[in-house]
Amino acid sequence: MTGDPVLVADGLGKAFRVGKRRVPALDGVSLGIAAGAVTGLIGPDGAGKTTFMRLAAGLLRPDAGSIRVLGLDASRDALAVQAALGYMPQRFGLYEDLTVQENLDLYADLQGVPAALRAGRYAELMHMTGLAPFTARLAGRLSGGMKQKLGLACTLVRAPRLLLLDEPTVGVDPVSRRELWAIIDRLVRAEGMSVLLSTAYLDEAERCAEVVLLHEGRVLDQGPPGRQSARVAGRTWAVTAPGRRNRDLQAELAGLDGVVDALVQGEHVRLVTRAEHLPEAVAQRPGLLAQPTPARFEDGFIDLLRARGAAPAAPAAEAPAPTPPAGDGVVIEVAGLKRRFGDFWAVAGLDFQIRRGEIFGLLGANGAGKTTTFRMLCGLLPASAGQLRVAGLDLRHAAAAARARIGYMSQKFSLYGNLSVTQNLDFFARIYGLAGTARRARLAWALAEFELAGYADQLSADLPLGYKQRLALACALMHEPEILFLDEPTSGVDPLARREFWQRINGLARRGVTVLVTTHFMEEAEYCDRLAIMAAGRILALDDPAAIKARARSPEHPEPGMEDAFIRLVEASAEATP
Amino acid sequence: MSRPGGAARGGAGMRLRGLTRKEFLQIVRDPSSIAIAFLMPIFLLVLFGYGVSLDAEHVPVAVVVEAPSPDSADFVAALRGSSSFSPRDMAGMAEAERALLLGEVRGIIRLRADFARRLRRPDGAAIQVIVDGVDANTARLVLGYAEGAWGTWLAARAAASGQTLTRPADLQARIWFNSELKSRNYLVPGLVAIIMTLIGALLTALVMAREWERGTMEALMVTPASMTEVLLGKLAAYFTLGTGGMLLTVGLAVWLFEVPLRGSFWLLWGCSSLFLLASLGMGLTISTLARSQFVAGEIAIIATFLPAFLLSGFIFDIGSMPPVVQAITHVVVARYFVAIVQTLFLAGDVWSVILPNAAALAVMAAIFLAITWKKSRKRLD
Repeated sequence: MTGDPVLVADGLGKAFRVGKRRVPALDGVSLGIAAGAVTGLIGPDGAGKTTFMRLAAGLLRPDAGSIRVLGLDASRDALAVQAALGYMPQRFGLYEDLTVQENLDLYADLQGVPAALRAGRYAELMHMTGLAPFTARLAGRLSGGMKQKLGLACTLVRAPRLLLLDEPTVGVDPVSRRELWAIIDRLVRAEGMSVLLSTAYLDEAERCAEVVLLHEGRVLDQGPPGRQSARVAGRTWAVTAPGRRNRDLQAELAGLDGVVDALVQGEHVRLVTRAEHLPEAVAQRPGLLAQPTPARFEDGFIDLLRARGAAPAAPAAEAPAPTPPAGDGVVIEVAGLKRRFGDFWAVAGLDFQIRRGEIFGLLGANGAGKTTTFRMLCGLLPASAGQLRVAGLDLRHAAAAARARIGYMSQKFSLYGNLSVTQNLDFFARIYGLAGTARRARLAWALAEFELAGYADQLSADLPLGYKQRLALACALMHEPEILFLDEPTSGVDPLARREFWQRINGLARRGVTVLVTTHFMEEAEYCDRLAIMAAGRILALDDPAAIKARARSPEHPEPGMEDAFIRLVEASAEATP
Repeated sequence: MSRPGGAARGGAGMRLRGLTRKEFLQIVRDPSSIAIAFLMPIFLLVLFGYGVSLDAEHVPVAVVVEAPSPDSADFVAALRGSSSFSPRDMAGMAEAERALLLGEVRGIIRLRADFARRLRRPDGAAIQVIVDGVDANTARLVLGYAEGAWGTWLAARAAASGQTLTRPADLQARIWFNSELKSRNYLVPGLVAIIMTLIGALLTALVMAREWERGTMEALMVTPASMTEVLLGKLAAYFTLGTGGMLLTVGLAVWLFEVPLRGSFWLLWGCSSLFLLASLGMGLTISTLARSQFVAGEIAIIATFLPAFLLSGFIFDIGSMPPVVQAITHVVVARYFVAIVQTLFLAGDVWSVILPNAAALAVMAAIFLAITWKKSRKRLD
């Protein structure tokens, strides 16, 4: 890191009006961002990342404090700041009805790139992003990953001194995500560019030279990413108990004295402890094997949040009912499932079975066929071919009856924003046919179980993100479904809320509810009992997370993560089908 | 303003060229702008040129002759000869009334049993005309036409028998400007105003809102392009599109519908440009208020399109509206332009009409463009 900071914020504050309240998005943020390096602005949705980016780009005026970019006041000299930096908003700013080349030309004109320099710069950018063969294609016809790379190329037509990237990796498949990081690394190393990148994915922190942790509009910490893992060095363990489900083990360990965090992570339970030795409450338990494991960024983040007073998530301490023995009956049965749109096979032949009380994950990039599969399983879309039985009912003949036994929660939290919490719950109870005392009882249960009583009369649009998520789950559970479908339920949610959410899901699974999750979020994949990795409408691998990760093991990669395994599988299948 | 970096960079000209080219490419690739700019004008022209007519022609009327005679036969033949009516003979009043109730005829013309006898008496005969007053406009036309037909027949009868019919005063009507009294001749020119409102206000409000919705506005804002340049790029593209719509409408009006264009074409072009600027100003003003296409479309329809339709004098005469509504029409931009086009097409270059209306258009255009320019800042809050 060299020279003066490229960006300095001092006591920065900004609030927005939500309903009748003023909600602070940023509150007293002071930080400096070093030149010639990648700085990560890391925090969950609603932490204030986008507001910070927009303030830095001179698109918003601060309520308090100041922000200086490249030595200029971003709010007073907005035009000069904008002329010097590159900014890629969350939705890339591409014109979908213009071709790749026309988008580049537009941004070159706007940035005033002289005609003589263009050919060289275009060639360089197209080579870097791998878009050279597609210059005549409309931007709207590109895949998500390609759009994002084109967005980046447009931002880079004139090499800016500071590059602001607002959540560039959201909704992008792991392969494209890795390519994007390679491009960013090259820009910093070869061109000496300074980059500020925001993300909700904590695992991306480790790729940054410096990390700013943003939480609820405040800076929690700033420093090299290693600092977070260093906080918890020697305090992280991989715990297994042969013959028992990790989910039961996790529920048992979560509330114990001296335990900061317990998380199912594929083949083991990841434990963060308060001290550098196992707490007695854990050590005394019979049949446990605890191995020290390297600390991650997220462990440190959780520790930091807990140290600031966040209570450990310990929802309804119901007796840890023993999980019914495996093979207790197949609840979802799929054989030779296919779905065609025109001459395109979105789903090209799936076979799998899901047992009662199992958490089953469908992992795949955008366009892999996850959503299509999901819709067929919910009885919303007829299959073109194949067998499909849900809760013992054939969806070809009894879709409506099967739907009554299914709960569904989507990433977008399909709630009615202008109805209150109680009205939303009441509505979902009614459409599933609950009446009279049964409905009132279930409503009371939902308000108590999800700790929503304090918000009962608030409009659901005004709820904080974590509470929206709770409400969405409560709505999906009003009719006590046997099967729960979750569509990317926790992407962008803060790590504490994510833990709490999965505690609830684990609790449901232990009581025999079958859970099906689709995700492209590697963290969520780790919570599943079994996973199907999908690409181009087919299943590439179907196994438990540990076995899937083991497939990617190689001499260079002795401890591959889920992302490594995913990329390896996708690349192998791409080679096999030229 | 200092330019960090110091490298040679293109200026406002290059940025404006890029923005304008982008707008044209989007127009060409977006079927909905093509539809609004070219298919809508054709659709509206065909609708108003062929479908809608405020004239009454071949109005079905029941004719009840209670005692047929050579005189009554002569009168009914005269009715039949007029293009205003298509008479239907009925056996009696009961049948005629039923037909009126069912809406099969719009009026009843009744010749009583003593028609022939009274015709020869000094105080003369009378005919009874009953009209369906539900549609007041047609009712008045039927009454007027029937009276006219009766007068003409009496005069012709008097002339044939060598007498002159004495009347206290003789009405000699001359119809100026639209001598054929075709409603098409004043509806079609007014359509130019409607179509340019659609392109200027509705389409422009929609495309600006689309930039907000798709997040491209945020990306434009962080480039060195100023807000004025972004707006000028839009103005240039949609001004051209609006002029195209105007030429198409005028061309079809003159060559397909044979509406006379008595004034100067270049004067029409100049006034259209002023009106188009005002419309674009309204569209851009709306887009500074509404950042979703749905809301922008809704506001544009209610605030620009409907007033242009109802309160501009395009169909309904402003002079016959209640005073309050007349006062409101003064803020309807289209009103000034409708006055200009109707004058230019049917009367010619009447400067005393065109100058004040054109001045009003210029003021409106300046106001709306100024509001847009003032309200559009390169900021999101």
